[in-house]
Amino acid sequence: MSVTAPDRPRQAAPASTRQPGRRKFSFGPYLLLVPAIVVLLVALGYPLVWQFVTSMQRYGLAQQFGKPPEFVGLANYVELFSDPQTWAVVGRSIAFCLVNALLTVLLGVLIALLMNAVGKVTRLILQVAMLLAWAMPVIASMTIWIWVFDWRRGIVNWALTQLGLDFTNHNWLENPLSFYFVATLVVVWMSVPFVAFSVFAGLTQISDEVMEAAALDGATASQRFFSIILPLIRPVLMIVTLLQVIWDLRVFAQIKMLQDAGAPTASTDLLGTYIYRLGVGSSDFAMASALSIFVLLLTIALSFFYVMHLMKEDQ
Amino acid sequence: MTAATVPIRRRIRPARVVNTVIALLVALAWVFPVYWMLNSSLLPNTVLTSTTPRFLPLGGSLDNFAAIFREGSFWPALGMSVAITLTTVVVCLLFAFLAALAISRFRFRGRTAFVLAVLFIQMLPAEGLFIAQYKLMGSLNLLNSVIGVSILYIAAVVPFTIWMLRGFVAGVPVDLEEAAMVDGLSRTQAFFRITFPLLAPGLVASGVYAFLQAWNEFTVALVILQAQESQTLPLWLRTFVQASATRETDWGQVMAASTLVAVPVIVFFLFVQGRLTSGLVAGSVKG
Repeated sequence: MSVTAPDRPRQAAPASTRQPGRRKFSFGPYLLLVPAIVVLLVALGYPLVWQFVTSMQRYGLAQQFGKPPEFVGLANYVELFSDPQTWAVVGRSIAFCLVNALLTVLLGVLIALLMNAVGKVTRLILQVAMLLAWAMPVIASMTIWIWVFDWRRGIVNWALTQLGLDFTNHNWLENPLSFYFVATLVVVWMSVPFVAFSVFAGLTQISDEVMEAAALDGATASQRFFSIILPLIRPVLMIVTLLQVIWDLRVFAQIKMLQDAGAPTASTDLLGTYIYRLGVGSSDFAMASALSIFVLLLTIALSFFYVMHLMKEDQ
Repeated sequence: MTAATVPIRRRIRPARVVNTVIALLVALAWVFPVYWMLNSSLLPNTVLTSTTPRFLPLGGSLDNFAAIFREGSFWPALGMSVAITLTTVVVCLLFAFLAALAISRFRFRGRTAFVLAVLFIQMLPAEGLFIAQYKLMGSLNLLNSVIGVSILYIAAVVPFTIWMLRGFVAGVPVDLEEAAMVDGLSRTQAFFRITFPLLAPGLVASGVYAFLQAWNEFTVALVILQAQESQTLPLWLRTFVQASATRETDWGQVMAASTLVAVPVIVFFLFVQGRLTSGLVAGSVKG
């Protein structure tokens, strides 16, 4: 899979490639890196190691009160992954992640095409609306959506009731399926603007002449999309899809906030909230660590192509 | 057959009208929640709890905001958020700037490895580390403290900030600095008089990025700042939502609270949005 971006004009040479006469070894660059490296080691490195070690120990409430943890090898992982609850959470997380990422990218592309197809004023209105939604802090957004879906006074229940459906005092968060429906709506709402803007930036690189020539030659709108536009925006599309998958795998604030608003936790937990419940809730640090390591491995595997893409751009 | 549509540009076509209508509807759908927040924040609770919603803030007032300011729990949360955000932004900018200088001005052994590590670290989710970070801060006695959270935030934000600043530093030609040195300035002088002013936009953009991350952060704060009196604004906002699960909430005040949390973010966000998009997608921010 090629992740280069040939359609974007880039300044050719970063200044760093041509540096006269600075060849001899010096401590300078290393000294400059020290502060950043120290803070990364303290705040991320140590926890990573601790987590890795703890995931192979028996570490529960007793250890909290001073009992030394014993080494149990991979026993925690075996126990974790023979628990159907774990698989339920993993399955739900992956399903949620894929559905949300897919919907987000699909809607993002459609809206980007829309931005490209309308006049200046309409485009500006659309872009401002998108920017506002994008800029909202997650917690503020969640608070608004919870109010919009509030079972007593929410506008959604009111509107549906006006349409003749009886949604008076309907609690959206009680049932896992409608809980995820609300969560998806919110996550897609907040994620689409990023995709739309990124894809729109890609679309503006396609020259009008090419599109007009294709139109004159009798290409239909869908032919133009699939044979010209799609191949040209493919690189951008792959990157935003990848980022979206990674981000949607780690939805925590959104799910936690919805749960706090009165949803049953056991049937609505995704990976993040489940780790939180294991670790902070039940003080089962060994299990929480084992599951965290699993999440980290998953993220690193997914991030691999993204990081390689960034490195390539850097050359 | 389509030859009849040659003057494509200037005619009003039905497709264009349909697109415009759809675009406006989409814009409306996306902006509605934000509008609903502002609308509700201006209306008294008696109106919000009536059976029919009011779509315009007619007869509205700033009473909800006044009530929040009076009630008092907003101020300590604001204080916490400001302290943590400021610490994070200042320290993160300093550390990231030094590191960006190293990787864009010097060729050295391990440079590529460092860049690679930074990029991977940037992708690590808080959800995969917060339990261990909680234990770490517990053993350092830094739970519920500004310093504890700030250290974690700095580490979370520094990688992307290095990556962002690197592009800006690389964008300032070395020749400029060297010319100044030929003219008799010392290396340090040349740096501060020539390079630094040119980097200002980059520092501002990266600073705003760090600000947004620290100000909005929820996951780590939830774990590390469990005490009521050390809540940041996002945690403070959460307590309202939590309360709504069990008892009737004053949604007017909650929406006013949301507005207070969101407004500074929206202002700053609009400021850096362009750079952020290109930074995430292209991986480099050319100033």
